[in-house]
Amino acid sequence: MPEEAIFEDALERRQAAALGMWTFLATEVLLFGALFVAYALNYHLHADAFREAARRLEHLLAGANTAVLLSSSWTMAMAVHSAAAGRRRSLLAYLAATMLLGAAFLGVKAIEYRTEYEHGLFPGRFTWQGPAPARLFFNFYYALTGLHAAHVSAGLAALAWLWLSAFRARLDPRSVAAVENTGLYWHLVDMVWIFLYPMLYLMGRAP
Amino acid sequence: MAEPTATSYLNAAYTARSWLLTLDHKRIALLYMVSITFFFFVGGAAAVLLRLELLSPQADLVVAETYNRLFTIHGVIMVFFFLIPAIPAVLGNFLVPLMIGAPDLAFPKLNLASWYIFMLGGSLCLVALLFGGVDTGWTFYTPFSSLYSNSNVMLTALGVFVAGFSSILTGLNFIVTIHTLRAPGMHWFRMPLFLWAIYATSLIMVLGTPVLATVLVLVALERGLGIGIFDPRLGGDPLLFQHLFWFYSHPAVYIMILPAMGVVSETITCFSRRRIFGYSFIAFASLAIALIGFLVWGHHMFVSGQSMYAGMVFSFLSFLVAVPSAIKVFNWTATLHKGRIRLSTPMLYALGFIGLFTLGGLTGVMLATLGLDVHMHDTYFVIAHFHYIMVGGAVMGYLGGVHFWWPKISGRLYSEWWGRLSALIIFIGFNLTFFPQFLLGYLGMPRRYHVYPPEFQVFNVFSTAGASILGVGYLLPLAYLLWSLRYGPRAEGNPWLASGLEWKTPCPPPVHNFDATPVVRHGAYAYGPDGELRDA
Repeated sequence: MPEEAIFEDALERRQAAALGMWTFLATEVLLFGALFVAYALNYHLHADAFREAARRLEHLLAGANTAVLLSSSWTMAMAVHSAAAGRRRSLLAYLAATMLLGAAFLGVKAIEYRTEYEHGLFPGRFTWQGPAPARLFFNFYYALTGLHAAHVSAGLAALAWLWLSAFRARLDPRSVAAVENTGLYWHLVDMVWIFLYPMLYLMGRAP
Repeated sequence: MAEPTATSYLNAAYTARSWLLTLDHKRIALLYMVSITFFFFVGGAAAVLLRLELLSPQADLVVAETYNRLFTIHGVIMVFFFLIPAIPAVLGNFLVPLMIGAPDLAFPKLNLASWYIFMLGGSLCLVALLFGGVDTGWTFYTPFSSLYSNSNVMLTALGVFVAGFSSILTGLNFIVTIHTLRAPGMHWFRMPLFLWAIYATSLIMVLGTPVLATVLVLVALERGLGIGIFDPRLGGDPLLFQHLFWFYSHPAVYIMILPAMGVVSETITCFSRRRIFGYSFIAFASLAIALIGFLVWGHHMFVSGQSMYAGMVFSFLSFLVAVPSAIKVFNWTATLHKGRIRLSTPMLYALGFIGLFTLGGLTGVMLATLGLDVHMHDTYFVIAHFHYIMVGGAVMGYLGGVHFWWPKISGRLYSEWWGRLSALIIFIGFNLTFFPQFLLGYLGMPRRYHVYPPEFQVFNVFSTAGASILGVGYLLPLAYLLWSLRYGPRAEGNPWLASGLEWKTPCPPPVHNFDATPVVRHGAYAYGPDGELRDA
């Protein structure tokens, strides 16, 4: 059955797509949730070592990166707004800005990883003589931020696809729905970072 | 009925392309059916070798290493590539749109994609099998899987990880479809109970599977990149792996059993010509099983070093999940009461399900009891218990459903005589295989060993003999159902006089399912006092 023939009208179709996206976001919450719980448990078991290890992270760089990602959520929201209003040029501009900020986030993350590599805090080149569970902290750090970076990359691919299709053709209800749903996904990835940042970078610095 | 003139979904096109790129939920269901049948016989072949080895106390056929790989591949294939997709991806795919009066699922491309993802995952596991298999058991327990096992853990875990996304996408598609595409008048409480079961199953698929994905990624990170999360040398906790693994894998049992319960609700009502007893109780029981099923995982870890208090809580919660399950069994029994019972093939499977599920469920309650579990943990008692649920329950439900909807799916009738005979053979073979294992386990025979003390031999011989009967029972439907495709008489529109929108379409249905969107004016199971169909 071709997809056009299934729903009575574009509105029903759009609502179904939104429900599908929200359901997918629920799976994402569980995907990260499992790791968050695992991290929380290990933090509880090895609080002192984890806090000491956490102080080795580049919290200022990551703080700036948080600002970058939050700004990208704003440009994404504006992109959704432009799409809904049918303003194609501003949609293209906001999508491009979101991609730029997302790429900048990944760039800063790469710099962080490189710094950690140089400081001997990297898997396979772990030379820091901290308390034993400190290495466990870094393993969580790489698993959590790596999974998050993979999600940012997937978001960038989706944004690039949106940008190309908006560049090539006029906006139709389908592409508006696609922008909305990608927006939902982008915000979720942003939200995950909002939890990751204090959990990984700031908890070790709390008095 | 004369030669059908209308084109059905089966004869609309004949090219390989028209099957492999189809967006029709009915064809995708058949793609799944062929695939999981193949996987079923791969997993079954491993089981045959296991049972042959266990015919005698000493090691004759395989060495310990091979035995480990055999039971692992049996478990991985049967759980992830047969039982979990069986009813949802085959019968659910075929029936969900038909039962709610829709032309298709909400996202047909996603549906096709999920089959390809499934096949990719399955192929990865088969490649791992060809390269020598994997020896961790289907549970991938750390630190064995992450640090010590010298087998294809990565490839197998990747295959299961990939297949998980197929499960997620199928569940997502069902949820959105049931929410948005019900025909006018098809209120939630007018839906066939099969749909409630599929909906509850989909919730588990969507909410549970991502946790399995995470935990497999973590095992892969630890094994492949040395990013240890569960590694005890770093202070990691291997028990955490078990928590995360069972958070998905216990609810996965309900992914297998809930849809089978849905099938039973459809067949019991049709073949006793009665409305279901306690419709809303069964509907809510499905949701309750899905919900409580998420809270019982710790009963797999009573002897793994979990705290005693956690054990007590998990034990209590596990008792609790028996309540909605029992509600269903009582309601089915009450539906049978004073019904006009016809013992046709699907009904035999449904009745078999009720009996075997009850036995499997009650032994589950025994295992949920802390003290008893310490005695019976990791023995054949556990093996027998979960095979009563998964084979006696889920496989019986699947086969019953395939027989019930076969005329709808294929447009042909199979031989009732052969159908009933093989249902009987499966029932006898199943019990002969697995009942002795309860006794073996209670006497203390541990699971996962290829050798055992000689005094256990007699029960093992019974079990292997039963397995050979069971094997015949599974081959028979394969033969006569395929035979019916060519030689079976053509099915009338509604051969069982069953209620439900799916029977209002021709057999087999046209590509678009319904000529006009149906309007629903009454609840499910409209069987009158004399057993007549009231919505005909």
